[in-house]
Amino acid sequence: MIEGRARVFGDDINTDYIITSRRKRESLDPQVLRRYLFEEVDPSFAATVEPGDLIVAGKNFGCGSAMEVAVTVVLGAGIKAVLAQGFSRTYFRNAVNNGLLPLICDTSRIREGDRLSVRDDQGLMVRNETTGEISTAAPVPKIMMEILECGGLVPYFRRYQDFRI
Amino acid sequence: MAGKTISEKILSAKSGHDARAGDVIVCTVDSAMGNDGSTPMALDYFDAMGGERVFAPERIVFALDHYAPAPSQKTTQLHQRMRDFASRHNIQVWEIGCGIGHQLMVESGRVVPGTLVVGADSHSVTYGALNAFATGIGSSDLAALMICGRIWLRVPETIRVSLIGELAEGVFAKDIALALARELRADGATYQAIEFAGPGVAALQLEDRLVLSNLVVEMGAKNGVFPADEKTFAYLGARFEGVASDLDAYYVREIALDLSRLSPQIALPHHVDQVVGVGEAAGTPVQMVYLGTCTGGRVRDFHQARDVLKAGGGVAPGVQLVVTPASRTVLETLTEDGTLADFIKMGAVVVTPGCGSCCGTCGAIPGDGVNVISTANRNFKGRMGNSSAAIYLASPASCAAAAVTGKIADPREVAREFATEAS
Repeated sequence: MIEGRARVFGDDINTDYIITSRRKRESLDPQVLRRYLFEEVDPSFAATVEPGDLIVAGKNFGCGSAMEVAVTVVLGAGIKAVLAQGFSRTYFRNAVNNGLLPLICDTSRIREGDRLSVRDDQGLMVRNETTGEISTAAPVPKIMMEILECGGLVPYFRRYQDFRI
Repeated sequence: MAGKTISEKILSAKSGHDARAGDVIVCTVDSAMGNDGSTPMALDYFDAMGGERVFAPERIVFALDHYAPAPSQKTTQLHQRMRDFASRHNIQVWEIGCGIGHQLMVESGRVVPGTLVVGADSHSVTYGALNAFATGIGSSDLAALMICGRIWLRVPETIRVSLIGELAEGVFAKDIALALARELRADGATYQAIEFAGPGVAALQLEDRLVLSNLVVEMGAKNGVFPADEKTFAYLGARFEGVASDLDAYYVREIALDLSRLSPQIALPHHVDQVVGVGEAAGTPVQMVYLGTCTGGRVRDFHQARDVLKAGGGVAPGVQLVVTPASRTVLETLTEDGTLADFIKMGAVVVTPGCGSCCGTCGAIPGDGVNVISTANRNFKGRMGNSSAAIYLASPASCAAAAVTGKIADPREVAREFATEAS
């Protein structure tokens, strides 16, 4: 189970808004890059993010460049899951491959600061502890769930050295 | 059982399964590209995964295009790390100055009809113009496929886009792509394939198809695939067995676009799908005009821009015109046919073939508050390295019309106006 505080963003948050690509010229280290997390859309975010926070977004989260630092920087800030109404496919992929849980669900009534919990109860369920609302997340296909459960493609490959399907 | 789309057929062949939309499969990759933006991380993942040898290194290529030439000490170190790894594992490297990886993939023959080609860069969708299944992946995917030669993929549903009629004078492939972005919106094709079809395809040159396939990712699409025809084989210099969709293939959506009714289009800052007719933005002053990128940096693009600029008498005062050919081959052609000399005489800043200013990683950065009009594919805030700049996206001809007048203008009107003045 994952629990945390909602940090809310809107639609079409592209990967350059998550971490601007010019920052990765100087470092790929998530602990360095996290200082610039979301700087283009919310310059105060990096200073206020706390480990355990959950990102909540609208449609098309992670569109634009496929750069994987946009996932590792989020993990580097201690965030374990992103909830959105939809993801760009490359962000979704990179999230799975790094063990960041990408959940597709109705986020329209979640407000900044709400306490959320994610449970696996015959499918992934998101409960808004602040309002009591519950929503069901879209099911995650088997191979993606296996990679996520391993903690990403690195531990998966250390174990198997190939895909098992 | 219904027939199959082009994407389902290619993924069936590459997975050895009867692949249908929605299935998650593991496929053998024919060709893969990593660039200097994505590969350094892939090498970290490769080491962390316990990678020792590269599976079929001849299928992999590295392109040094995002930092070309390297703008800092740190980026020279990223390049050197890629060169060292490539030399140890017999991987080809396209050096600084060779051009944008995507352009080199289509020039080099690494992409042919029916193949599965991936690149650790979102614009890898470009190669779909050559009847391949081509999509963008991440750095960890690239690392995994360097170890095992395979990749997991979800088979996409397909949107069929039928092109009807032919483009009018002054209207180009970029205008079709922008019109499609307005229709589908920035997430309208997420997780899905776009298959281009219809009688209008035959009239499109390969360079035009590359523009359309390139832009599909801005609508969220996984890939944008064209059928193979005589133009495909002529471009590749050889015949291949093309992959066609079945007549009874299932499409999740069908869209028809009448090319003959299309006018020049422009995407307004800061959204690719905020598209209007260029006339609606006419008069907006611009201070920088960017010709280049994996969308608009090919020979035909520069010819179209040059024609408008020459007809209009050159670049307006106060406008910086930046020219970045997509590859060295493009640069060589422009040098041989005199186009480059024309641009230089008009005062253009000519930049090393590569990604250049497009993503703000090197090249000319726009100043504070500057309006840029560009042949690129993205106009997010900060995209070109300055978040106070505003980026408009349009065809090479529309960009040239803005360079001539110092403001956004319809290229057809600019051509008419100067023709009248000259007579």
